[in-house]
Amino acid sequence: MTDKRSSLVDMVAELRPGMTIGLGGWGSRRKPMAAVRAIVGAGIGDLTVVSYGGPDVGQLCAAGLVRKVVFGFVTLDSIALDPHFRAARQQGRIEAMEVDEGMFYLGLLAACQRLPFLPTRAGLGSDVMAVNPHLRTVRSPYDDGEELVAMPALQLDAAFVHVNRADRHGNGQVLGPDPYFDDLFLGAARRRFVTAEAVVEPGALLDEGPVQSVVVTRLITDAVAEVPLGAHFTSCPPDYQRDEALQRRYVEAAADPGTWAEFAGRFVAVDQSDYRRALAEVSASSSTAP
Amino acid sequence: MTDVTRAEVCVAACADAWRGDGETLASPFGTIPSLGARLARLTFEPDLVLTDGEAALMANTPPLSDTEDIVREAWLPYRRVFDVVWAGRRHVMMMASQLDRFGNQNLSCIGDWHRPKAQLIGVRGAPGNSVNHTTSYWIPSHTPRAVVDRVDMVCGVGYDRARAVPGAARFHEIRVVVSNLAVLDFATPDHSLRLRSVHPGVSVDEVLASSGCPVVVPDPVPESRLPTPQELALLRQVLDPAGLREKELPG
Repeated sequence: MTDKRSSLVDMVAELRPGMTIGLGGWGSRRKPMAAVRAIVGAGIGDLTVVSYGGPDVGQLCAAGLVRKVVFGFVTLDSIALDPHFRAARQQGRIEAMEVDEGMFYLGLLAACQRLPFLPTRAGLGSDVMAVNPHLRTVRSPYDDGEELVAMPALQLDAAFVHVNRADRHGNGQVLGPDPYFDDLFLGAARRRFVTAEAVVEPGALLDEGPVQSVVVTRLITDAVAEVPLGAHFTSCPPDYQRDEALQRRYVEAAADPGTWAEFAGRFVAVDQSDYRRALAEVSASSSTAP
Repeated sequence: MTDVTRAEVCVAACADAWRGDGETLASPFGTIPSLGARLARLTFEPDLVLTDGEAALMANTPPLSDTEDIVREAWLPYRRVFDVVWAGRRHVMMMASQLDRFGNQNLSCIGDWHRPKAQLIGVRGAPGNSVNHTTSYWIPSHTPRAVVDRVDMVCGVGYDRARAVPGAARFHEIRVVVSNLAVLDFATPDHSLRLRSVHPGVSVDEVLASSGCPVVVPDPVPESRLPTPQELALLRQVLDPAGLREKELPG
């Protein structure tokens, strides 16, 4: 069986400016943040970012790498709004495709199933239809004749998800309570990248959790990388909870460009070893603080 | 019971939103609606279905501040919530940055969507929720900026918009709007906003002055009910001994 082990550097080397990138997780939960840091480090811009948005969207916006965001929300969960995304929208620096969360789900599902669209009532009557003039409705061909929203497939050039465990063949396991939409992001993408807290021996995933926790199959994975703290500062239970203190610093760093440059230099535009070193410095200084 | 607080009146009003719903997924947003849903389940709606706020349904009804003692009864990750939404077996109580006289709700942005004055959280699931199952709203700060004539971006669909689009009205219902001042609904011939009751200590004029759109006023206007002694005991001793309700609605 193919060994799909890779590295973040090699994964990101496949990206090109202008691509449409899907990012797994939800809000500030199990986000592929190490992949985001690697994209920022590589400076790949003009991206269309498709996400159940959290600080992944905010960090890419703050780095000026985003042309367009496809979203139903952007939130940090314990902090309602992401100031970096807000600034980008309010300053008119990014385009937006804003849709209902369920429409978003169906868009990914349609892409997974190679369908042009999937029908739904979600969106009918709302301004989602007005602010996305390319959206169309479709009439049921059956006797009911009902008119429904035709949510177009959200096709992705590449997708990144971060899971708790994986094996070298590309099976991925979520040990936390919610797989979110990660398998759909992978299924909707041409290049499919999985990072994991740990890459274990084939077969050993079942020592970690039940077979139904292996929600990513190797059918939808091109490359796997072991990246401890790959979702940090977002939550990745049971391996770690959200780092609320660091998330607060991320939010406060939006106050001015200097503060942001300092934060980004330590916690965003860095590789994983620098990131871990920066975290260690923070915890050392906070434990010795008066 | 002169010591009943405004927050406690609002909890009872929120609980009443789910009265008669039976085995329905109650999805409250905000502290006071969350307490209301739990209070309803502990009293008149024992079959109500509640989530743990993560990815499971909650078998017990612990204090709101207590996430340690949650007993889970079934798995409901985000993706499966849509099965419930689209099957109509849910009654959500959402918040609104803006709500207008026909019940259109906005939580996306203030100003022109193309370059908003203030970017808010986004439409979230409001468009789908509002045309698939019963929706109620919680307005913790009833002001002319929150209760408006027209919202800047229609997220949750109101009665006028539902009427205009075939298919949107089929499963559309806005049950009730609970604010810090009053209980409102859309029980008028054209489904425009109507005052159902004012909370104790609030005048009809205060509600009208705090609304940025016309509100139909019946005569007489009843007073919102007080929580029963049993409800108050449950709320104060079981569901919210930490007093979170007073933090959401001080004074």
